Amino acid sequence: MKALSQKRRHPLAAIALLLMGLLVSGGLYAVATTVNQAKATTSFSANDAEEGGKLFAANCATCHGMGASGSKDGPSLVGVGAAAVDFQVGTGRMPMQMNGPQAYKKPAQFNDEQTHQLSAYVASLGPGPSIPEAGVLDEKGDAANGGELFRTNCAMCHNAAAAGGALTRGKFAPALADVSGKHIYEAMVTGPQNMPVFSDANIGPEGKRDIITFLKQIEANGSPGGADLGALGPVSEGLFVWIAGLGVIIAFTIWLTSRTS
Amino acid sequence: MSATSTPNAPAFVAKTKGGRITNFVDERVGGSGILREFGRKVFPDHWSFMFGEVALYSFVILLLSGTFLTFFFDPSMAETRYAGSYTPLKNVEMSVAYSSSLDISFDVRGGLFMRQVHHWSALLFVASVSVHMLRVFFTGAFRKPREMNWVVGGVLLILSMAAGFTGYSLPDDLLSGNGLRIIDGVIKSIPVIGTYTSFFLFGGEFPGTAIIGRLYMLHILLVPALILLMIVLHLFMVVVHKHTQYPGPGRNDGNVVGYPLGPVYAAKAGGFFFIVFGVVALMAGFFTINPIWNYGPYDPSPVSAGTQPDWYIGFVDGALRLMPGIIGDWKVEQIWFGHVFTFNVLLPALVPAGIIFTVLFTYPWIERWITKDNREHHVLDRPRNAPTRTAIGMAGFVWYCVMWAAAGSDLIATHFHVSLNDVTYWLRALFFVGPVIAFIVTKRVALALQRKDREIALHGRETGRIVRLPHGEFIEVHAPLDEYKRYKLVGFESPSPLPAEPNAHGVVDKKEKRRAKLSQWFFEDRVAPATPAELAAAHGHHGTHEAVEAGDSQKTLSH
Repeated sequence: MKALSQKRRHPLAAIALLLMGLLVSGGLYAVATTVNQAKATTSFSANDAEEGGKLFAANCATCHGMGASGSKDGPSLVGVGAAAVDFQVGTGRMPMQMNGPQAYKKPAQFNDEQTHQLSAYVASLGPGPSIPEAGVLDEKGDAANGGELFRTNCAMCHNAAAAGGALTRGKFAPALADVSGKHIYEAMVTGPQNMPVFSDANIGPEGKRDIITFLKQIEANGSPGGADLGALGPVSEGLFVWIAGLGVIIAFTIWLTSRTS
Repeated sequence: MSATSTPNAPAFVAKTKGGRITNFVDERVGGSGILREFGRKVFPDHWSFMFGEVALYSFVILLLSGTFLTFFFDPSMAETRYAGSYTPLKNVEMSVAYSSSLDISFDVRGGLFMRQVHHWSALLFVASVSVHMLRVFFTGAFRKPREMNWVVGGVLLILSMAAGFTGYSLPDDLLSGNGLRIIDGVIKSIPVIGTYTSFFLFGGEFPGTAIIGRLYMLHILLVPALILLMIVLHLFMVVVHKHTQYPGPGRNDGNVVGYPLGPVYAAKAGGFFFIVFGVVALMAGFFTINPIWNYGPYDPSPVSAGTQPDWYIGFVDGALRLMPGIIGDWKVEQIWFGHVFTFNVLLPALVPAGIIFTVLFTYPWIERWITKDNREHHVLDRPRNAPTRTAIGMAGFVWYCVMWAAAGSDLIATHFHVSLNDVTYWLRALFFVGPVIAFIVTKRVALALQRKDREIALHGRETGRIVRLPHGEFIEVHAPLDEYKRYKLVGFESPSPLPAEPNAHGVVDKKEKRRAKLSQWFFEDRVAPATPAELAAAHGHHGTHEAVEAGDSQKTLSH
């Protein structure tokens, strides 16, 4: 201890301290991020990865580069994990139709087997979030807790009723009706497009299961009060009362006063 | 009382039992006199005259459905855990107010329907008040003797917005809480007294535990009572002034042409109440409004995307969205003398609404001062026949609509796949340019319509029949109008600018000069109605279609 305190003014002390800090924070980060990655239970065969590699070279490498190392047109996919590929390709967002603020959801361009192979290939490049297990997608979590988590973490972009919302410069958070539980889970762990990552340290797998349960339940419940007018809140209600409500009433006023003039 | 019998006349005895009871009551309260007076009141028939009725009827629906809701609503902010039948909120911590609103929606028989009736009729109430005011403005019905009733109508508009907003905040869901948070922010942005005022209203730091109970009292007691009082004043003045009418043959400022209240109009108006109720009930039965279960309990931390107020507060929300926080390098929020002045909230929240309501309340006097028109007007203007007023109204309307659209800027962006920033930039530009364009376009359109009217009055309607004359000329045959239709096209006033006049001391003061300038601006572009002489000339030459020029060179005042 004495030796350490004597050397604290050594010219290299600051550098040593910096190195130590970097090591500690880097190490902690590595531990924290692996929380997301472990559990790669979906087994990919070597054949899957090989076939996926061919599909990748033919369909994705133009932008993402050979070996998915990235180019000026697309990011590197090393370490994004199977979940990212399954989400992006499975929802049709990739291959991207055109450049823009955000890729739109569209009919999937690859079938399930091809998507699986692409996922296997990208997963083989480096560790990353894997495709979620069926256990967290059973929609049997606590919907009330899921609702609270959703309102706190998701509603500011996706709207409290999951009807979607606008972000800056043409970006947007899509509506979540008709999105499969698997894709919702994958979106949370990979943060596609402009969405932030909700790691397991932030919302654990149980919480994610609750959120999916909540979303599926409000979707299944439908709208108890009748047609939901897009679940967009007071704007669509106002439009409706001005156009339909007042419109019908004006038609009646014209009818009532039409006999004379 | 009117029905007192004199000693020497034999007392009237009705033949039937019902008649005797009616006579008994009539002799004591004089109902027949009231009925005779009111039953003979004449109402001109026009669909645009019925928006006031729509407003009145939606208010009655509001009272009925609101009373039902008070049976079950508990305005307490005490914390509880939801135990009702809506599973996605089961056991969630929330206020009693929100819990009881959910119970109304899911566990009270007919509760959700009544809540939706109440909310839809609230939207319809403010909408019909607004349309009614637009009708009154654009037809010039606010002119003498109705200026004060116009002001009462403006107060009613503000009260209806207040009633709506206090009601919107009651369920204590996330959406209404976000709305209250904005109001709290606006109050706190008022320099010096803002924070104190906010603490006073909320009984401490936002949101506190008092605000729902306070808003509830305002919503079910004070505001409706004031609205009722204003409605009484409003209708009393309608009776005193009698109803306005559109110009037409036989109609002038000294008469009212239309149907008497009883029996035709009473039946129509009574039936119309049920029509309005039916339309509201259909909307409430088939269309969700304010699905509070979607939003969850209020908690100051989450804010949902798509958080908007009901439509009538939308223009204030839109103005807040349009206001930049930084203009160039200048921060709109300033720190002076150690105090924060949040002008980026204060200006948009108060200035546009302040301008709109100031102009609205003072407009009848402004126009009266400019035109020096002190006569009573019971015959309305067709909007085209008062081009400058119509243009002013449209400028204000467009300004309002720009702010209104801004309140939905996020939905415009997502639904039309455009950038939210671009929507904001365009609307910011339109905020300044829109009213100017609207003014110019409206005025030109009104003048063009007047010219068209004049043309039709002079030459008749184009029939589309082309006839070739013996010497080879082609003409289109114009069918002359009948006298009734022609009256509508020529029977209006078109005042010319009123030059500055000296006052009692024989001096033309500065104010009068300003007035003359405004009068010039108001009336310099005008189309005079076709005079009888012009009509005679036009019709005399009708067969040979010798055109009478549109008379721009001989603008004559015809009254």
